[in-house]
Amino acid sequence: MNFEAEAALTASLFAVDPHALGGVCIRSCANPFRDNWLQLLRDLLPAAAPLRKIPCNIEDSRLLGGLNLAATLRANRPVAERGVLACVDDGVLIVAMAERLSAHTASLLCNALEQGEIHVEREGLRLRHPTRIGVVALDEGIAEDEFVPRCLLDRCAFLLDFAAVTARTVLVPEHERSQIDAARALLPKVTIETTFVQALCATAMALGAGSVRVSMLAVHAARVLAALDGRLAVTQEDAETAGRLVLAPRASVVPQMNPKDAPEDTAPPADAAPPAEQPAPPQQRAADAGDSPPLRDESSQAPAETPPETPQEASQQPPQPSPADLQQMQDVVLAATQAAIPSGLLSQLRLQGGAQRAAGNTLGRFGALRKGGARGRPTGVAPAGAERSRLNVMETLRAAAPWQSVRGRTGGKAGRLDIRPEDLRVTRYKQRSRTLTIFAVDASGSSALNRLAETKGAAELLLADCYVRRDQVAVIAFRGRVAEIVLPPTRSLVRAKRSLSALPGGGGTPLAAAIDSAALMAAQAQRRGESAIVVMLTDGRGNVARDGRLGREPGQVDAMSAARKFAAAGISALFVDTSPRPQDLARDLARGMNATYVPLPFADARSLSRLVGAANSRRPASG
Amino acid sequence: MPANARAVFPFSAIVGQDEMKLALLAAAVDPTIGGVLVFGDRGTGKSTALRGLAALLPPMRVVVGCRYGCDPDNEDALCSECRERAATGALKSRLAPVPVVDMPLGVTEDRVVGALDLERALAHGERAFEPGLLARANRGFLYIDEVNLLEDHLVDLLIDVAASGENLVERDGLSVRHPARFVLVGSGNPEEGELRPQLLDRFGLSVEVKTPTELDQRVEVIKRRDEFERDKVAFTARWKRQDDQLRRRIVAGRKRLSSIQTPQSVLETAARLCMLLGTDGLRAELTLIRAARSLASFEQAGKVDVVHLRRVAASSLRHRLRRDPLDESGSTARVERALTETFGP
Repeated sequence: MNFEAEAALTASLFAVDPHALGGVCIRSCANPFRDNWLQLLRDLLPAAAPLRKIPCNIEDSRLLGGLNLAATLRANRPVAERGVLACVDDGVLIVAMAERLSAHTASLLCNALEQGEIHVEREGLRLRHPTRIGVVALDEGIAEDEFVPRCLLDRCAFLLDFAAVTARTVLVPEHERSQIDAARALLPKVTIETTFVQALCATAMALGAGSVRVSMLAVHAARVLAALDGRLAVTQEDAETAGRLVLAPRASVVPQMNPKDAPEDTAPPADAAPPAEQPAPPQQRAADAGDSPPLRDESSQAPAETPPETPQEASQQPPQPSPADLQQMQDVVLAATQAAIPSGLLSQLRLQGGAQRAAGNTLGRFGALRKGGARGRPTGVAPAGAERSRLNVMETLRAAAPWQSVRGRTGGKAGRLDIRPEDLRVTRYKQRSRTLTIFAVDASGSSALNRLAETKGAAELLLADCYVRRDQVAVIAFRGRVAEIVLPPTRSLVRAKRSLSALPGGGGTPLAAAIDSAALMAAQAQRRGESAIVVMLTDGRGNVARDGRLGREPGQVDAMSAARKFAAAGISALFVDTSPRPQDLARDLARGMNATYVPLPFADARSLSRLVGAANSRRPASG
Repeated sequence: MPANARAVFPFSAIVGQDEMKLALLAAAVDPTIGGVLVFGDRGTGKSTALRGLAALLPPMRVVVGCRYGCDPDNEDALCSECRERAATGALKSRLAPVPVVDMPLGVTEDRVVGALDLERALAHGERAFEPGLLARANRGFLYIDEVNLLEDHLVDLLIDVAASGENLVERDGLSVRHPARFVLVGSGNPEEGELRPQLLDRFGLSVEVKTPTELDQRVEVIKRRDEFERDKVAFTARWKRQDDQLRRRIVAGRKRLSSIQTPQSVLETAARLCMLLGTDGLRAELTLIRAARSLASFEQAGKVDVVHLRRVAASSLRHRLRRDPLDESGSTARVERALTETFGP
């Protein structure tokens, strides 16, 4: 089945039971094909089902509901207003630019999906609304650090990628609305045999599609498939298709099947080939993003938490009903699922990347909200002054309320709420300036020989310091030809430590690439409204040029030019010289970067962390 | 009550996750243990268990007309309104379900601490206090899903109230204090952010939940969930007997709690374990003993023994190890090592 047919089938499935299937995440730029898909969904859903689009930066008060100001003022008592979530009950919510969704908003959506109702405690109101919604997340992420929050992906049964769309791709509906309606009526009666549940679970585990929730969605998708076909029981084909649609896009490990019952005869249908034609999305994205955010490749996934289960283990689980059959069944479902995974797998698996980047996502995402004065986290309420800020309606009413009887006597219009300037209350926001500390760690051969262990030790000391200041940290390691982001910005120090200790050593010293990479990440952080500081831990002996050429001369020339570019960007930095004895090379480079130079032999715990602190406080002046 | 209004997945039908269930039951038997933090992977039934617990709790006696659900038999913990009532005569009481209050995401501060009752202020010009979630959670459970995403100013509020058991409100020209003793239950995914150490300290027990790695267990999870979704009433009815039995054991455990003996040897073992792990202060030891006693009582043992201690040690101590932020991943392992050293393999 080619991807446009899969997209059409997904629309049919989702339209049957949006709430139980949770959602569809569509990775695609805005294009007519995506519009057609949304239109198809609209056509398949019951006419009465609400379908509403929200921007990713929607405010809590709109999403959850709150006080209806106009009605409240008219009625002289608090009047509630339903939020968008309550309004789309029994319908579908479309989230535009879902890759920009904050962790907070994503959690609200997840909660609505999970509970089927929301519970609101806001602005003096207490409300409960049913929210049996489904979500369509439009993911227009291009760069590596843009993706839909994992918690939401985990609750979406289907992940579609329209990267392969061309101008000639047509979306042909697989079903009509009457068929969808019939399936919806039939669905509650559809049963699924335990063997299929087992097969889907085993497949999910073999593919490393970790969460039980995902397996649950696959099982439900299989039932919906049966219902669409007018059957009361799930067949093997349903299970296969469900595995392909729900599980395959989440594969994070390459499944290995028992060689003896290899899939040649059992599975992949001939038309499962098309995925291979799809351009490799991450690479393309990287190309789009311009100058070289280092690509994650297989080696970078080593430190990630790949699920411990191997397919062998999974299939060794004692299945109760006739083991041979079950084994075969699992392999068939696995094979069908696998066939849907594009070739050249690991480098293309964006979800795997997602797993690694997850933590960075949730806390580093508030950049856009940070612009402008009256943004950030609300920290309290104050009387309105000269500063421009957002009016806090509830608190204003509270301030005005006790005076109403007095004012009513002294000339306010009867029956009307009399609000005076002194009553106005604004919400105060605190813009916590978040700091990102980027560790660029030299793991090259020369460094490894000398003192990679000590470098790691120094980095850990600094990490502890970041913890105290609740900074975010990121780790870039450079060795061989490339500098790679081992750990994207995160507040999880545990992960930082893990990624550091798993760092292998050896190879050349691509210093220029490392400096460029750190500068790029720092610039990204600054765009998000955060301050960034770079800690270089290296002996400064660059011997790999930007283009990957080996050689001391070009390596150092490039490193120096990268250092100047870095300094020009006004990023504050700490240069920790890890060579056995301090040397001019590193000192010059540090000067070039306009960085504070610290030779490691003299760097004990306290002086290092003091230096980071100093570099930090110096930052506002310098940049 | 919400627990009855909505069908809740029965607590006893939850597959596996024994440590989490044990911790929740221990906290239900002895609320002074002080809260449970459940941290773990997505989709491991964290919220399901916490909501299921609500349906298990036996009803409690409250003063009629009291907005804070005061206990008529506990004079010290009465709110000011109940004190006035008590001064004029005997307090009337009634049975009420134990409150399990959800602190939903996106909650505003006025709803948490309480605020001026706007309706009465507008309609009658009265300055009256409208209690918030903290008041409603008094003597019950306060549940915060995604506790690590909670806004900082709300965390500040909680940290103070959770320790003092009293909510002080100074706003809108109101000055109110009322009892707010509750068991704090939080859940979250550690990958999405860490918890402030002060808040971490408010949780008596902390458990880690993991996605089941056994195929059979997973299949069972899915089958039960599926059955539940298809016919909630029938499914709940099928598990009623087990749930009822758990409830009876909780009630019996509470009654017996004060009579459970804690031998000197157990106290010494607990102290040794805490010293070995270098936990801060007395809280760790106290929690450890309380949790072990609660477990012993729940399991109808006459006295606490080292096996009880061992079973609750990990959840009582893992979040209280001296804060080496870099060794978080190893805290469970560290506790395990110390346990083996103390109790033998």
